[in-house]
Amino acid sequence: MIRVELPANLRTLAGLGREVELKVDGPITQRSVLDALEAAYPMLRGTIRDHVTRRRRPMLRFFACEEDLSDQPLDAPLPEEVATGREPYLVIGAIAGG
Amino acid sequence: MAKVRLLVGTHKGAFVLTSDERRRDWKVDGPHFAGWDVYHVKGSPADPNRLYAAQSRGWFGQVVQRSDDGGATWEPVGNEFRYEGATNTHKWYDNTDHPYEFLRAWHLEPSLTDPDTVYAGVEDAALFRTTDAGKSWEELPGLRTHPTASTWAPGAGGLCLHTIILDKDNPDRIVTAISSAGAFRSDDAGKTWRTITKGLHSNYIPDPDAEVGHCVHHIAMHPSRPNVLYMQKHWDVMRSDDSGDSWHEVSGNLPTDFGFVIDVHAHEPETIYVVPIKSDSDHFVPDGKLRVYRSRTGGNEWEALTKGLPQKDCYVNLLRDAMTVDSLDSCGVYFGTTAGQVYGSADAGDSWQPIVQNLPAVLSVEVQTLS
Repeated sequence: MIRVELPANLRTLAGLGREVELKVDGPITQRSVLDALEAAYPMLRGTIRDHVTRRRRPMLRFFACEEDLSDQPLDAPLPEEVATGREPYLVIGAIAGG
Repeated sequence: MAKVRLLVGTHKGAFVLTSDERRRDWKVDGPHFAGWDVYHVKGSPADPNRLYAAQSRGWFGQVVQRSDDGGATWEPVGNEFRYEGATNTHKWYDNTDHPYEFLRAWHLEPSLTDPDTVYAGVEDAALFRTTDAGKSWEELPGLRTHPTASTWAPGAGGLCLHTIILDKDNPDRIVTAISSAGAFRSDDAGKTWRTITKGLHSNYIPDPDAEVGHCVHHIAMHPSRPNVLYMQKHWDVMRSDDSGDSWHEVSGNLPTDFGFVIDVHAHEPETIYVVPIKSDSDHFVPDGKLRVYRSRTGGNEWEALTKGLPQKDCYVNLLRDAMTVDSLDSCGVYFGTTAGQVYGSADAGDSWQPIVQNLPAVLSVEVQTLS
């Protein structure tokens, strides 16, 4: 199972706890994980990736294994630790404040 | 006994306030959608238990919520607002051409007859409609593709369609307003649109009498007099007696005619309410006094309503969708402030009481009168 962590506002929207586990078919990539997440929780469509462009919303970032994957190709394989469930895939809201 | 339900959208969630017809004691329920901007919440006139909420946040975009039980529980519904056809452009702040991009929904206007049909006014300015209770939204593109649309430019709040008025006697008629493009009317259910700006005069645009470019803040109509429209423009309170074909100023003796809200008494079509704001520079009430102004003559002659409202050291603003009236025999008037207070009057404005005082900044207030 693939583990995904979401920002607090999206957890509330989807009625989820801190982490969600997903079954993802085929290659484990950012795109396949996000597709599986949106399929399981349709209310998240449009909140992580823009409906029209399908691109990451500018104030969200994607991390795994302490690496910023936000600007990596969506179809590149995710690290083995994520694919085997040892590490979560993180969707993080940019910090804004001061 | 009748009940009143207030639907309050704030910068950090939505609140549902309920009272009986005496409107003295209120129950506060919320926050719903905590941490999100809730620009607007409104109930269906055809089914009071059916509510819709426009929830958004810069990080996560737009969400639309629906309740089928009067706000006790909510369900996210469709949030895809896709402009129809090729993307056109409007003017940006620097006068360059900028493609229309969906940012958020500002106003949800449920159909007067069908709980599943709702109109949505969005930024960048366009009108959308759902006919399946929010599952899907389709644009009525005639407005965004109006011949003047390429010249529309955003105001400080963005290029937002914030006012949608439906006419119970004429289902084909829709009136909308866009900041800072102006006002528009459709007489064919939203297929085609005409500007309704004749008589508006705005010194802050290159041609003060231009067809478009006027910063309309809000428009109100009494359902029994659909040809009479009242407008709070950036500056100036205006009135039309011909469905917007022409306008004349009715600011009269107001201390300042800048403001955002305007509304009409439920039973007296010539009784209207505004809350003057000092200026577009200051964006707070003048002289530290929170005063609602009421005209019983359809404008020009205004009286200050102050009983129960703070009359010193008050520097709040009211945003465009933050005033509403109920339809009880003694008309209730309600408004919310940017400092998080919601005030109510059970006697048409003669006296006021704070209903709740420490909410997040209030973006919108709507009311349902429940039998």
